[in-house]
Amino acid sequence: MAVTGSILPLSLRDVRFAAGGRELIGGVSATIGAGPATVILGANGAGKSVLMRLMHGLLRPSSGEIAWHGQDVERVRRGQAMVFQRPVMLRRSALANILYALELAGVPAAGRVQQAMDALREVGLAEVAHRPARVLSGGEQQRLALARAWALHPEVLFLDEPTANLDPGATREIENVIKAFDASGTKIVMSTHNLGQARRLGDEVLFIHQGRLVERASVDTFFRQPTSAEAVAFIKGELPWT
Amino acid sequence: MVSTLGEIVALSLAVSLSAVLLAALLGLPLGAAIAVGRFPGRRALIVLLNALMGLPPVVVGLLVYLLLSRAGPLGELGLLFTPPAMVIAQTILVLPIIAALCRQSVEDAWVEYEEQLRSLGAHGLSAALTLVWDIRFSLVTAVLAGLGRALAEVGAVIIVGGNIDGVTRVMTTTIALETSKGDLPLALSLGFILIALVIALNAAAHLIKEAAQRRYG
Repeated sequence: MAVTGSILPLSLRDVRFAAGGRELIGGVSATIGAGPATVILGANGAGKSVLMRLMHGLLRPSSGEIAWHGQDVERVRRGQAMVFQRPVMLRRSALANILYALELAGVPAAGRVQQAMDALREVGLAEVAHRPARVLSGGEQQRLALARAWALHPEVLFLDEPTANLDPGATREIENVIKAFDASGTKIVMSTHNLGQARRLGDEVLFIHQGRLVERASVDTFFRQPTSAEAVAFIKGELPWT
Repeated sequence: MVSTLGEIVALSLAVSLSAVLLAALLGLPLGAAIAVGRFPGRRALIVLLNALMGLPPVVVGLLVYLLLSRAGPLGELGLLFTPPAMVIAQTILVLPIIAALCRQSVEDAWVEYEEQLRSLGAHGLSAALTLVWDIRFSLVTAVLAGLGRALAEVGAVIIVGGNIDGVTRVMTTTIALETSKGDLPLALSLGFILIALVIALNAAAHLIKEAAQRRYG
């Protein structure tokens, strides 16, 4: 894939988002650059998912500004992919699901099958390539979702609580794929409420509490010496799960 | 020329299946587009479409009759009192049913698929058609509802077809005619054939749908 300059850094300036009369994101400013895997950490309902959807462009901020580096809208869109908490697969084979994504991304037909099979191999699903995607197990479907994202060679990969619905075995497999993504140079932006996962996969933490960015630090620093009272409480597990 | 029973049944099936095919080709994309699209007047259009599911067949027959009659705008085509005229009338009758039911199914599916499809870069009509194809087994029900309506109605085909023996005589028009002539046994046996046909078609479609759902999840 021709690289004509990075779409990073992503900058958020006083981003607010309200829905149904409730402010879900209340003035978040941050710059997210290439490099370290970013973990958006917070309790359920803190606004992690909404924040990621705003970054990925699925939601428009009520006010504030979200800007990628570069003006080419199409390149910015194709430079990112997202894996959701619950994978949504089309009623066709695992391979065809990836081919569909490649087609939408404008990949020439000739190279699609090769590119899709490479991605399936990467997540260990090559042998089920021709099975209908919807009959795969939950863990396999999530790995397929990762393969679909992988095949697109995004510069930035958003992951919204990718293991929240999975058992420990499947979670481990997903985490290994995410690590491989990270190692290949893809910028990881992942939300989780799981402290262990944040530690295992993250390099830096953005701690969100009630729609606000309360603290930002490297993983080491965040867990060793959190500075905000909310983060201290969350790490201790004392925070009410609103 | 006198129609045999076989010819009457065959013409019924030919007219109604053609009408349903046409209505599905037009109605499924239309329903999907309304489900996914966001445009002014969308809600009014949905209400209208749902209301049109209850179009009275005789009114549709009358309108198509006026359209196709010698003095009408499409009179030169010479279609009145021919099977194509019956297909046109039934297509108009069935189209809102298929479009409205498809709109509802696609809209329900869109809730589940929207973020994923938008994330992958699918928009508008391409997203709508992807959805239609993906829920194709659920849409079988919409098409069957349309087929049931087409096979069962008498008001539209009798007006635009004229119930001409050997040309435009179908099961429902024959039943109406024989009942008024007092040949109740013939009318009744035709009625049973009609019901059996509808059940057979629905059973076949249901089996296909079930097998496909087991296969694709």
